[in-house]
Amino acid sequence: MRILNLFKIAWRAIILNKVRTLLTMLGIIIGVASVIAMLAIGEGSKESIKSKISSMGSNMITVRPGADMRGGVRLDPSAMQTLTLGDYEALKTQTKMLSAVSPLVNGSGQSIYGAHNWPTSIYGITSAYLKIKVWEVKTGSIFTDQEIKSAAKVAVIGQTVATNLFPNEDPIGKMIRFNSIPFKVIGVLEKKGESTFGQDQDDVILAPYTTVQKRILAQEYLESIVASSVSEEKSQQAVDEVTSILRERHKITGDKEDDFNVFSMEEMISTFSSTSEMLTILLVAIAGISLLVGGIGIMNIMYVSVKERTREIGLRLAVGGKDTDILMQFLIEAIMISVTGGIIGVSLGLGTTLFIEKVLHWPTAVTSYSIVISFLVCAITGIFFGWYPAKKAASLDPITALRYE
Amino acid sequence: MAKTIIKIEDLKRSFVMGEETIHALKGVSFSIEEGEFVTIMGSSGSGKSSLLNILGCLDQPTSGVYDIDTVVVKQQSKKELAKIRNEKIGFIFQSYNLLPKTTAIENVKLPLMYNTKYDSEEMDALALASLEKVNLSNRLHHTPAQLSGGQQQRVAIARSLVNNPVVILADEATGNLDTRTSYEIMALFQELNKQGKTIVFVTHEPDIATFSSRTIVLKDGHIIKDSPNTNILSAAEALAALGKEDE
Repeated sequence: MRILNLFKIAWRAIILNKVRTLLTMLGIIIGVASVIAMLAIGEGSKESIKSKISSMGSNMITVRPGADMRGGVRLDPSAMQTLTLGDYEALKTQTKMLSAVSPLVNGSGQSIYGAHNWPTSIYGITSAYLKIKVWEVKTGSIFTDQEIKSAAKVAVIGQTVATNLFPNEDPIGKMIRFNSIPFKVIGVLEKKGESTFGQDQDDVILAPYTTVQKRILAQEYLESIVASSVSEEKSQQAVDEVTSILRERHKITGDKEDDFNVFSMEEMISTFSSTSEMLTILLVAIAGISLLVGGIGIMNIMYVSVKERTREIGLRLAVGGKDTDILMQFLIEAIMISVTGGIIGVSLGLGTTLFIEKVLHWPTAVTSYSIVISFLVCAITGIFFGWYPAKKAASLDPITALRYE
Repeated sequence: MAKTIIKIEDLKRSFVMGEETIHALKGVSFSIEEGEFVTIMGSSGSGKSSLLNILGCLDQPTSGVYDIDTVVVKQQSKKELAKIRNEKIGFIFQSYNLLPKTTAIENVKLPLMYNTKYDSEEMDALALASLEKVNLSNRLHHTPAQLSGGQQQRVAIARSLVNNPVVILADEATGNLDTRTSYEIMALFQELNKQGKTIVFVTHEPDIATFSSRTIVLKDGHIIKDSPNTNILSAAEALAALGKEDE
């Protein structure tokens, strides 16, 4: 028998029972639509957390001093002086997994320009810092290596500082003072906004780390070292590499505790996403159950349909239908119901997602895999739940089927 | 000499029901030539249904020979049997067995749907020709619910003709019809027989048998009578006579 004929026959059966078919489909439609919508919500919240954290720095890895003990007393990490410029140099030259490394020393104080003043922080860094933070200089430029070497008194200021010190002026080329040290403004940063933790990232002055170390803080050690791993996937490897280099440099052997901590953004993202992931799994599980119920609905209707059409099956067998033809007919019917339900369900799910995003303003993200999976699940549901009734139909004896009342 | 369409030799069929074995057919032999119009008669329990099921390749004999159109039926697989049913046999049932909510032409096409030989146009053409033979070319798109009993049975006859079978098997084809419509249907069968169709008609009504050319009577699984009909009545004339009586 031509497969096309089987499709025609199955289609006729569906058309002849429009309302019943639609009601049967409803289970699948609701199931698929909720799977799509739930996945979109879950994925959306994950994405939004991820993008917020990533905006703090791309694949950023932070090294801080930590976990040091003196005579059994845990020390405040910020008071520790274990990270040195030597560590920075070592990381810069020895790693393969880092694309950029910058030392970081910071202090806070009052910045003054003319009649305006503003309390802010100063970050001592190299130009690599901007690359790590994915930050651009809006006007002017970042300091050169030469300026770093000579501990030049130049600064690049954040938007918040710029608006507070220079309400009506172009800051470039102006002299500001930070804790009484004069700095020449050579650049203004792009606006970066608030971080995930509510911190104003634009309230900052960037200066060569040498300048900040020598002229403001008068310290030799570093507050932290920031770096970027070559890619998101490699970030764990990068963390391991940084750890081993620093352990070697700090002469920490065996199972002795590190006197520093290495964090990657990945860890942060995964910590924050794990909650939303749990929620997604829960939502999808519920949606999956409704899909299962929908499948059982299909099985139920197909079973009734086979019973109801016993004579028809007998007749089809009598005029030359093979048992495989009958099996395929009912299987195709079940698959048609489930896949049509799937198509409607996907559209409804996408519609719902759009509604959630536009009206409720929740972040959503429709992933192609969720659509593909829903579709596959539908087809499998059709085959799985259609198989038993179809098998039953195919195994009917034509003689008894023809006499069935 | 005419071609032998059906050859049956010492055909036996028994069913095992629990511990009992029921012998429905206890050694039946006959053959049917091309162009014959045979009625098989017998009361219920005589074995005629079992015989018809075997003739229709819906069932296999326990022992004995059954050849249809020189094809040996015994030991054919289920798939092969379906093919034989599809290509060599036309079925007509007492209760028409038309697909509900399906037009006459779609119903007639059904056997062709199970044959890979035909494309859509050929199916339409064959179904149309078939319905013309039973004078229903003006009812192509009527569903069974919109047709009378006689018309429904004529659609069923058209369906049995559509694959140009070597034999038409009718199982109490007039059983659900009133006398007048029965005669109409029998007249149609006689007409088809005249055109060369081989027909095997199972019935328990003796007056229906008088329209056929040969009668086989079964009782308790044996043939008790197998004789050609010397005085074949014309169903068309009987119908005309009936018309006069009504007046």
